[in-house]
Amino acid sequence: MKETTPREDLVRGIWKENPVLIQLLGLCPSLAVTNTVENAIAMAAATFFVLVGSSTLVSSLKSLIPNEVRISAYILIIATFVTMADFFLNAVAPDIHKALGAFIPLIVVNCIILGRQEAFAAKHGVGRSILDAVGTGIGFTIAMLLMGTMREVLGSGSFLGHPLFGPHYQGWLVFVLPPGGFFAIGFYLLFFSWWRKRGEQPGIRQWPHGVAAQKRRIA
Amino acid sequence: MGNLVWIFVSAAVVNNFTLAYFLGLCPFFGVSSRVATALRMGLADIFVMTIASLATWFLNTYILASAPYLRLISFIVVIASLVQIVEMAVHKFSPALFRQLGIYLPLITTNCAILGMAIFQTNRGYGLLEGLFFALGAGAGLTLSLVLMASIRQQTDLSDVPAMARNMGLVMIIAGSLSLAFMGFAGLFSATS
Repeated sequence: MKETTPREDLVRGIWKENPVLIQLLGLCPSLAVTNTVENAIAMAAATFFVLVGSSTLVSSLKSLIPNEVRISAYILIIATFVTMADFFLNAVAPDIHKALGAFIPLIVVNCIILGRQEAFAAKHGVGRSILDAVGTGIGFTIAMLLMGTMREVLGSGSFLGHPLFGPHYQGWLVFVLPPGGFFAIGFYLLFFSWWRKRGEQPGIRQWPHGVAAQKRRIA
Repeated sequence: MGNLVWIFVSAAVVNNFTLAYFLGLCPFFGVSSRVATALRMGLADIFVMTIASLATWFLNTYILASAPYLRLISFIVVIASLVQIVEMAVHKFSPALFRQLGIYLPLITTNCAILGMAIFQTNRGYGLLEGLFFALGAGAGLTLSLVLMASIRQQTDLSDVPAMARNMGLVMIIAGSLSLAFMGFAGLFSATS
């Protein structure tokens, strides 16, 4: 494995290897609870907390965890932090807790979190693992915000509950309903793919640099 | 009896796990490129769902009543070990079935549909029989959506799509259209519910 600098650990997950938009991990929460920006932020914050907490614990306990049962141990650690987040949200913001419903407990099976433990925290020190978790958490938050913004603005004509288009705007209902989640992420993926293809033509400035460069490396 | 049928149909089509609740999306996108593999994954799902429903009901009724805060941790541990035991048992008693389901059984451990089913079943206070029908319905719904998705993807393999759509973007739009179609089932029970 190639050695990385601490700065690379932090920024990698934010855009270049964005967990949702590039790696297509953790799709369940990013489609299910992004019908309003508020829910998306709450979900992103809970996931961020669980990700950083379990990365810290896994990387500090990695010499104590036997290799054969490591996945079960990671899941137990993650489930502990998820239970904490669940009870905290229930006490502090019962309305949001109710809106997110079963999807808070389901953070346990979010493959982003288990993936980061297995791929990074189990092999690196505490500081580096926290950086990696923070970067991935920010990347997840960005993806959730993009999804939540598109669905709330188009679906209900508001942002964080504030009306944007005046009282006569008829909401594009389908974006609030389940199909809207699939359509929103589909449109984002099509757009990024179109932009990459456009960037590969000569004479056009490339953006985002990371994505195009990474795709070329893979190809 | 009518209630049990309602629970089954509701979990299978009206509130389809993948298309309305977004549970189990990883296998939905991961193993839906061929109909045969999609069908096997669906059958493995039904199998594990049923067993997990029974196990979590007993766990919840007889053991966790005094310690509800341990629910999530014990559910995930029980489901994971259950899948492991089922895998060993199938390997021992039916090697042919094991070869068919082989790769998919362990994958199911981290399938959010199973844990989601257990959590919904607990939150809604289903009894043993209701839980069983709920699990069967959810499994049948997963199989249905997986097979539908795989059939459509096999067709698009041969179609001439624009260059920018030759990736997951197109698959997401297809899933959105399927989900839109499944929303039509919502009218099925508006009178009874």
